[in-house]
Amino acid sequence: MSNRGIRIENLSKRFGKGEAAVFALKNVNMQVAPGEVVGLIGPSGSGKSTLLKCLGAVIDPTSGRTTLDNETIFDNGWKLRDLRALRRDKIGFVFQAPYLIPFLDATDNVALLPMLAGVSDDEARKRALELLAALDVQHRARAMPAQLSGGEQQRVAIARGLVNRPPVILADEPTAPLDSQRALAVIRILNTMARQFETAIIVVTHDEKIIPTFKRIYHIRDGVTHEEAGEGRSTDSPSH
Amino acid sequence: MINLAVRDILHNWGKFIFTGIGLGLLIGVTLTMAGVYRGLVDDGRVLIDTSGADLWVVQQDTLGPYAEPSSVPDDLWRSVRTIPGVAQAANVTYLTMQVRKEDEDVRVMVAGIAAGGPGTPGWPPHLVAGRQITRSHYEAVADIATGFRLGDRLKIRRNHYTVVGLTRRMVSSSGDPMVFIPLKDAQEAQFLKDNDAILMQRRRTRANPTFSFPGKPDLPDAIITLQTANNYVNAILIRIRPEFTLEEVAEPIRRWKRLTVYDRVQMEDILVGKLIATSAEQIGLFLIILAIVSAAIVAFIIYTLTMDKIREIAVLKLIGTRNRTIAGMILQQSLMLGVIGFVVGKISATFAAPLFPKYVLLIPIDSMLGFLAVLVICILSSIVAIRMALKIDPAEAIG
Repeated sequence: MSNRGIRIENLSKRFGKGEAAVFALKNVNMQVAPGEVVGLIGPSGSGKSTLLKCLGAVIDPTSGRTTLDNETIFDNGWKLRDLRALRRDKIGFVFQAPYLIPFLDATDNVALLPMLAGVSDDEARKRALELLAALDVQHRARAMPAQLSGGEQQRVAIARGLVNRPPVILADEPTAPLDSQRALAVIRILNTMARQFETAIIVVTHDEKIIPTFKRIYHIRDGVTHEEAGEGRSTDSPSH
Repeated sequence: MINLAVRDILHNWGKFIFTGIGLGLLIGVTLTMAGVYRGLVDDGRVLIDTSGADLWVVQQDTLGPYAEPSSVPDDLWRSVRTIPGVAQAANVTYLTMQVRKEDEDVRVMVAGIAAGGPGTPGWPPHLVAGRQITRSHYEAVADIATGFRLGDRLKIRRNHYTVVGLTRRMVSSSGDPMVFIPLKDAQEAQFLKDNDAILMQRRRTRANPTFSFPGKPDLPDAIITLQTANNYVNAILIRIRPEFTLEEVAEPIRRWKRLTVYDRVQMEDILVGKLIATSAEQIGLFLIILAIVSAAIVAFIIYTLTMDKIREIAVLKLIGTRNRTIAGMILQQSLMLGVIGFVVGKISATFAAPLFPKYVLLIPIDSMLGFLAVLVICILSSIVAIRMALKIDPAEAIG
């Protein structure tokens, strides 16, 4: 089995100890291939955010193994030394709210990431402008976040997530603040980018409008995931 | 690489500038307080420097003539003049008083100077207008800070003096401008009583049976003359010959004349170390309080600015920004706030200094020390905000 993309094996996350211990994730298994966009669906408190944080190397899982783009980041208590560099170089984040840096314009919000990775300012801005053009917001390149509409902000945030061409993108409710048309446009963009850059993308969503667009969906409830094929066809076996 | 600190400041420039101005005014007060202290010290040094003396001969066991009262007979200077090594010796009398100027009083230090000429110890060393005193009575040279002009008439006790010369930066150790008058006039003014008091004193003396000797009818009048005359001065100022050391001249005066002699270093120690010591401590305490208040304000402002950016900092950490980049952003903002505050403070202190009634001396070394202190305060003040920022969990960006 290829380790490119995202691969999770028996991932568990426990909060607290003893009788107060709560398992937010229970032996989760998941695989997302490069170029694939997968949906992660579940009610509030089901463990979506915890799973995203574990994949994003923001919190440590209690057990299990996580591999991103051929690199094991957690393996039953062992973890990669420089998770900050991993987040910078291999993971793109797209949040429910764009969370753009308010004192940087659209271009620099996107260009900041490659700059942090050591890319020259000119090259970073060139990459940023190319992505903004691909996302059809190049005309707002010099605008500050407060001057952008919700949709424009979200596209800039997507550009920021993609600019370092990470092998993995984690998108947390990226279409929540958008209307149907814009929500579908965002998913189209993510699909295009996934194909173009061979990126494995996980989209956490509640959005009924976009759920049918995923070829594969993971349902999560009480920390347990079930895989479902797209277009309403569910697989019989749970993913663990 | 984008300078996040500068971008944030440019984005919130209004908040930053107004905060900087507020901090600057506080720094301005601090610099002015330092200037007040320097002014006090300078006033003392000016008094010593402009007196033209190498040695001060004063009453035994006193810290005269500036810090304590001192009386020495006014004919003693002649014998002091004969001591080897003395080039010039001149009596001087100082009295701080209110001098009448038209409809108002001016607080001045009156200096009675011995007959002589420019260069005589005690004389004003330079004039900015007019001439030196040439008559033995009723002429005056005034410091320009008194507000007198050439030809003005000023009243000391019941005598009127004509201002014939103006000098500059001649002040007492407490900053009062000086007025120079002839020594005899100053001696008279020191103990001059009003007419009613003189009449009363004469009546009392004549009625005193102790002074009524048969066959000596003039005795009470002689006593009255003695009572109203002042044959004392506050000090003798000495300039020594270059081939003698201070101690070579001072030692025989101490031994044979039973007087106390101070040189410039000792006199400066009296003026700066004793006379203004309490004021200096007071100002020092003010400076410490102002520094603490400035530090608290900078810390609060930087902390608040950082608190406003919790989400942005979480995002920055999530996308892989190094801790030192975030700490650098906060530190740079704190330092920039300090720089803005210092510039505003320096400008405000420079413009405010001349408005103070007493001399405020702003010297470059104080400004440099003040600038370094501001930078240190800003660095220390940013520590709280940096610690808080480094504790922010990148997971907060995910929710």
